[in-house]
Amino acid sequence: MGSCLCPLRACWLEEGNLEEMHAARSGVSLESCALCLHKNENCLMGRKIHIIDFDDENNMINKKVLLHQAGEIWHISASPADRGVLATCYNRTSDSKVLTCAAVWRMPKELESGSHESPDDSSSTAQTLELLCHLDNTAHGNMACVVWEPMGDGKRIISLADNHILLWDLQESSSQAVLASSASLEGKGQLRFTSGRWSPHHNCTQVATASDTTLRGWDTRSMSQIYCIENAHGQLVRDLDFNPNKQYYLASCGDDCKVKFWDTRNVTEPVKTLEEHSHWVWNVRYNHSHDQLVLTGSSDSRVMLSNMVSISSEPFGHLVDDDDISDQEDHRSEEKSKEPLQDNVIATYEEHEDSVYAVDWSSADPWLFASLSYDGRLVINRVPRALKYHILL
Amino acid sequence: MAAAATAGSSPGSGPGDSPEGPEAEAPERRRKAHGMLKLYYGLSEGEAAGRPAGPDPLDPTDLNGAHFDPEVYLDKLRRECPLAQLMDSETDMVRQIRALDSDMQTLVYENYNKFISATDTIRKMKNDFRKMEDEMDRLATNMAVITDFSARISATLQDRHERITKLAGVHALLRKLQFLFELPSRLTKCVELGAYGQAVRYQGRAQAVLQQYQHLPSFRAIQDDCQVITARLAQQLRQRFREGGSGAPEQAECVELLLALGEPAEELCEEFLAHARGRLEEELRSLEAELGPSPPAPDVLEFTDHGGSGFVGGLCQVAAAYQELFAAQGPAGAEKLAAFTRELGSRYFALVERRLAQEQGGGDNSLLVRALDRFHRRLRAPGALLAAAGLTDAATEIVERVARERLGHHLQGLRAAFLGCLTDVRQALAAPRVAGKEGPGLAELLANVASSILSHIKASLAAVHLFTAKEVSFSNKPYFRGEFCSQGVREGLIVGFIRSMCQTAQSFCDSPGEKGGATPPALLLLLSRLCLDYETATISYILTLTDEQFLVQDQSPVTPVSTLCAEARETARRLLTHYVKVQGLVISQMLRKSVETRDWLSTLEPRNVRAVMKRVVEDTTAIDVQVGLLYEEGVRKAQSSDSSKRTFSVYSSSRQQGRYAPSYTPSAPMDTNLLSNIQKLFSERIDVFSPVEFNKVSVLTGIIKISLKTLLECVRLRTFGRFGLQQVQVDCHFLQLYLWRFVADEELVHLLLDEVVASAALRCPDPVPMEPSVVEVICERG
Repeated sequence: MGSCLCPLRACWLEEGNLEEMHAARSGVSLESCALCLHKNENCLMGRKIHIIDFDDENNMINKKVLLHQAGEIWHISASPADRGVLATCYNRTSDSKVLTCAAVWRMPKELESGSHESPDDSSSTAQTLELLCHLDNTAHGNMACVVWEPMGDGKRIISLADNHILLWDLQESSSQAVLASSASLEGKGQLRFTSGRWSPHHNCTQVATASDTTLRGWDTRSMSQIYCIENAHGQLVRDLDFNPNKQYYLASCGDDCKVKFWDTRNVTEPVKTLEEHSHWVWNVRYNHSHDQLVLTGSSDSRVMLSNMVSISSEPFGHLVDDDDISDQEDHRSEEKSKEPLQDNVIATYEEHEDSVYAVDWSSADPWLFASLSYDGRLVINRVPRALKYHILL
Repeated sequence: MAAAATAGSSPGSGPGDSPEGPEAEAPERRRKAHGMLKLYYGLSEGEAAGRPAGPDPLDPTDLNGAHFDPEVYLDKLRRECPLAQLMDSETDMVRQIRALDSDMQTLVYENYNKFISATDTIRKMKNDFRKMEDEMDRLATNMAVITDFSARISATLQDRHERITKLAGVHALLRKLQFLFELPSRLTKCVELGAYGQAVRYQGRAQAVLQQYQHLPSFRAIQDDCQVITARLAQQLRQRFREGGSGAPEQAECVELLLALGEPAEELCEEFLAHARGRLEEELRSLEAELGPSPPAPDVLEFTDHGGSGFVGGLCQVAAAYQELFAAQGPAGAEKLAAFTRELGSRYFALVERRLAQEQGGGDNSLLVRALDRFHRRLRAPGALLAAAGLTDAATEIVERVARERLGHHLQGLRAAFLGCLTDVRQALAAPRVAGKEGPGLAELLANVASSILSHIKASLAAVHLFTAKEVSFSNKPYFRGEFCSQGVREGLIVGFIRSMCQTAQSFCDSPGEKGGATPPALLLLLSRLCLDYETATISYILTLTDEQFLVQDQSPVTPVSTLCAEARETARRLLTHYVKVQGLVISQMLRKSVETRDWLSTLEPRNVRAVMKRVVEDTTAIDVQVGLLYEEGVRKAQSSDSSKRTFSVYSSSRQQGRYAPSYTPSAPMDTNLLSNIQKLFSERIDVFSPVEFNKVSVLTGIIKISLKTLLECVRLRTFGRFGLQQVQVDCHFLQLYLWRFVADEELVHLLLDEVVASAALRCPDPVPMEPSVVEVICERG
């Protein structure tokens, strides 16, 4: 609302996992109601990007709506370099055919700078995104997802189209996308990529993709496969994420209700498996700074926060300096009681009434995360205070 | 006279005449006489009891009293009585006196003869005694004469007697001398005849004498001769001993004789043992030959028999003989023997163990037990002889080891049997599909498996029970009474098997090839039921059986029945849950493919229910039948009979309309959410992969939940044209018509299907729902 440049908004834009939300002020729900974009394509209404400001200090939520007229959005990611730029995958319906395309967009300036508008008329003052360029996929089929190169200058994008993996170079201030290189998956049956992530390690030369039950790693320089985890999950793999601090570790989740943690140097066995959800797990996300915190969202309507200390970059058990003992006396007792609780689910959030399709961490505040469910409910939560202190101290 | 007072009432009647007849007075008088006798002897008048106490006995006036004084009496009479009375008294007195006189006379007359005869007798006795005295005197003189004669005879014979005694002594001496002189020749003869024992006895007898008189030349010569012969004898004995051909008893005899000849015991002992070793080693060699590199020809019983009779018998003899012969050797000798026994014994045990190891592969348990029994029994004799050698302990150890291995073997056997059963079931399950026929029912298969496993368990129990049979010699060892029963059989065999069964069953749940479906779902179902049956009855039955058969006396902790039951139940639950997942996945995949591969935008107006939905219903029915074979029906929520119609109308008219309508009007988008949220507030959260209960309805509910949830999620990922939406409507109605009967709470199916249609409507740019009546018609036609 009145707050200037609230941290959450900044983080989401930078993070590129801004979820589209449709604000609906209802007197019933305690939370601000929201609708996930791609579930919300009611033809007339859809195609919107909702930008939610969360004012941490005042605990207030502010939303902005951007129209995305090209079609319903299935995937979105924001440029790491320019927070006004984002890429989307969207459905275009023509001649009773649905084709999923991808494009790069720029947000209107005032939104980008976080200018203040009256929250009351936000819904009526929907603004339109400005198209920067299309990622031409006529030869490759439906786009499943687009990912920016992390830590880069916002010039490189990977997109996954059916069984192709395409690397694009954005030129002339993103107004033109040139296909730099591509690779495709050969094999029997209809192979289709479902999801992909760009590894922040190895100088950003690695991309991991999921197709059916298989996880694959690719080298973006040669566009060749570097590892392959067959049957990573019993059923379809829905999502994956790289550990931000440990270069060989990645997490995956899928329809077998499991979350698995892999060391890509040894792909025969998962390092760890979580089996807490009771339905498909759609999303898995590492916390950006404390990689023992893992967030998962599932269509059993639950969001779970797990503490995977044993496979995180955090040293196992804290070394407390002698000087600090006096300061931390009170925390230490707490700490000790927490010690045996490692590698477990810290919290299960059951605020959602329907399947949760997206979860993500705030990049500005590592203790804040949001989840979005089918019924359009966006829930913003904090890591439990006790755990926060436990990790920090 | 006290009777006077009684007879006549008149007191103090004087001693007058007694006019009455003596007959009448007789008893009276007799008593009087008695009384007087008594009085005379100073007895109290006890007889007079009952009578009024008489006058004072000291009264001098009492006629009958002892102190009667006639003067006082007369005086008293004269003073007291009148004349008449005096007269009366006088007459009375006179009468009484007369009576007394006559009495006395009668008495004398009566006893006169007796006096006469007594006097005669006394006189005769006097004569007789005088005669006897004479005879006695004569006897005494005769005796004196005899004594005299006897003394004279003794004196004359004295001299001769002494001479005879001397002669007898000389005779004995001469005979001894003759023996000595004959000794060499006798010895020689004995040696020649081979009667060594006799020879040694002679030698023993003569030895001392010769030793004593060796200063006499003749004796010296004899002694020399004897020594020569004895040396030869010893040599011959040694020879025989060394040849060793003869049996142990003869050897023992040789040694005994040699010892008697004074040969050094130490050396003999060594030699004896060496010989024994040779013989026993031969036995061992023959045993080893029986072992051979090739499969053993004789069975294990025969082998132990051979070992027992050959080696152990030999050892026994040796030990017995040794102890008998060399008892004088003391503890050193015993130690030697113990070491000897230990060494050979350990070699024997090694052989036996090798042989038993060959038996481990399988074979007959009773034979093995009998062999072990014999082995153990045989070793008891030497064990008792030689406690120090520890043979019995070692033997017991071997038996225990074999028993343990046997238990392990049986456990393996049971596991293999269980796996075999599973393989059979797999084949049986696979076969009918090829044949297209029903084949054996699941229930029948389950019964087969259960009975087969049970019979295997019983067979194993019976087999190991042989180890504890009363007649088996080692069954009363503490190991077999305690640890074998509790830790070995109960824990190791039975509990171990049940655990491994559960583990094997659980491993089917963990199979990574979830997609491949390596395990046929029916097998999962069957195993689940099997485990459940175990939980409810079989485990406790088996354990009771075991406890009865093996009276467990050991106090060591054993796994309680409840723990095992809990494990079995957990296994059953996991298997059933896995079954639900697998079956749910099969149907899910079908639904998912059908949603994902279809072009929903350009689909035609629905005329039929899609084939895949019919297939889903068919499969669900098949699963229902399959589960129904093994599990009970379960509890259903009561619903109205015509529930399908009712809910259909609900979601097709009011709710559906309520949800679809706002989507046309962009101004009120929150209404949809409001409605759906309110609806969800009142509906329970559906836990899709929730644990199932052990009944058919719960299983089917689980499968249908998984399937419909998949359908829902898939629908949400697609975009539908108007006819696409209508097709979904038709399909969902069809599912609703057929699936509600399978689940515990049909509201659940309605909710999920409502959700599917609602989601499809949301995903449709042109959501025009089909008329409910048309939907119904199509469904009924399909």
